[in-house]
Amino acid sequence: MSDDSGPAADESESPPDDSATAAEERDLRSNVGQRFGRLPATARDREVAGRASREEVVAFFEERFGIDPAVFAECTFWEKGKGKIWIFADSVPDPIRVEGLGMTVLRTRQEHWKPTHSAVQRFGRHANKNVIEISGETAATFVRAETQEVEWDGDWGYLIAAHTIGGEREPIGVGLYLYDELRSTVPKGNREELPVLD
Amino acid sequence: MNPIERYAPLVADTDAFFAACERPLPSVVRVNTIKAAVDRVREALDEEGVGYEPIKWNDELLTFDERGPGTTWPYFHGWLHGQEEVSALPAMILDPQPGETVWDACAAPGSKTTQLSAMMDDTGIVIGNDNNLGRLSALRHNAERLGVTNLIVTKQDGRNFSLKDFGFDEFDRALVDAPCSCEGTVRKNPTTLDQWTLNHVHSVAAIQKGILSRAIQATKPGGTVVYSTCTFAPEENEAVIDHVLETEECEVVAFDCPLESVSGVTEWEDDSYDSSVTKTHRIYPHLNDTGGFYCAKLEVTA
Repeated sequence: MSDDSGPAADESESPPDDSATAAEERDLRSNVGQRFGRLPATARDREVAGRASREEVVAFFEERFGIDPAVFAECTFWEKGKGKIWIFADSVPDPIRVEGLGMTVLRTRQEHWKPTHSAVQRFGRHANKNVIEISGETAATFVRAETQEVEWDGDWGYLIAAHTIGGEREPIGVGLYLYDELRSTVPKGNREELPVLD
Repeated sequence: MNPIERYAPLVADTDAFFAACERPLPSVVRVNTIKAAVDRVREALDEEGVGYEPIKWNDELLTFDERGPGTTWPYFHGWLHGQEEVSALPAMILDPQPGETVWDACAAPGSKTTQLSAMMDDTGIVIGNDNNLGRLSALRHNAERLGVTNLIVTKQDGRNFSLKDFGFDEFDRALVDAPCSCEGTVRKNPTTLDQWTLNHVHSVAAIQKGILSRAIQATKPGGTVVYSTCTFAPEENEAVIDHVLETEECEVVAFDCPLESVSGVTEWEDDSYDSSVTKTHRIYPHLNDTGGFYCAKLEVTA
């Protein structure tokens, strides 16, 4: 589903009253944890303060990493809690209270948006900029989540660290490049002592 | 009493059966085709010097020669998931198609759930349900690691699962890989037999009947429901199928089992079951050097 339709025009005009429905309605429009709210199509459609729009999320991946928006054409984007964005392959009614809806992709509501490890591993192969190619000991060190000095002529900030395996380039995870150093943000549960590949 | 001995009357070659139950299981992985093609994964394992053997009946399954998969690059990339050979069977029998809506009633920790997603090319909707928060966290972690985006994780009692929040009112297919007495996993968890009691068999059978009934009710007419367990107990297998044949709108459908198996039994102790349970399959550990398993395929008739 690519159609992130905006809110119905009359929703913002509902009269105040004490009914449970009204309370629920207020609840839904604020950003409640454990409940997934669909991202508005554009910033103009925004109802929940601070919530990113679909357009902004797709633009982030295109501008920062060169990922074609068509990659996300069939997906819907959702926020749970403050700032964590999830990607879902299909569509469900908005909002929805479930334990998980697709996969986490992005952390927003902070100065520099950060793609998740899972998003980069899944969609990073479509990237063509801000991808730092590493190999051998550097790649193994990155998977241990250690910071190392690596040469890089491009932008500072969040990069996709990638290496060549099985004949093609493959994203490893999210790196943060600052002051000639590549910091690895591989999550604790994914860190591993892996062999150095030739 | 060793509960395994209880099932000797059902097995032709009891010596081979008992001996297989004593051996540890081979280390098997499933290739996660959401992230990588089988050929590329094999090339990467070759580059890394990891030995493996493909499994004949499913080229997405590989048996590792020595070390476990966790310390390999393909595992780190989410290209592999440790999954016992026989546990790849129920998703194959269910045969979900891209774009469909599928319920995995007892999903955690998610080996079969993520296999369903991969078979659907990560499109459509898989609802992975479980009633235990700790196990749900494992399901979410596995799905995330494997890059699955078509999964909704829910925490409901499967026996009265509600569809009202999802915007649709029936599933195309459902998998009930039921909680069970688990003697079939003895090769993986030898202590599982210490906790075995006949009371537990009977109480878990009641839960199995409830969840399978709900799965049949929630699946569209003509849709498929697969029921599987890792127990040898007829009370939890054929008796559960026999129960839903009486109470729900469904029938047993025959299927070709790619692993060596024997037919479901129509008699056990003082009970007898509908003759169509002979179309269901029992897999004993010695038949294919796997864990023990039971699998039934049902079609919803109304």
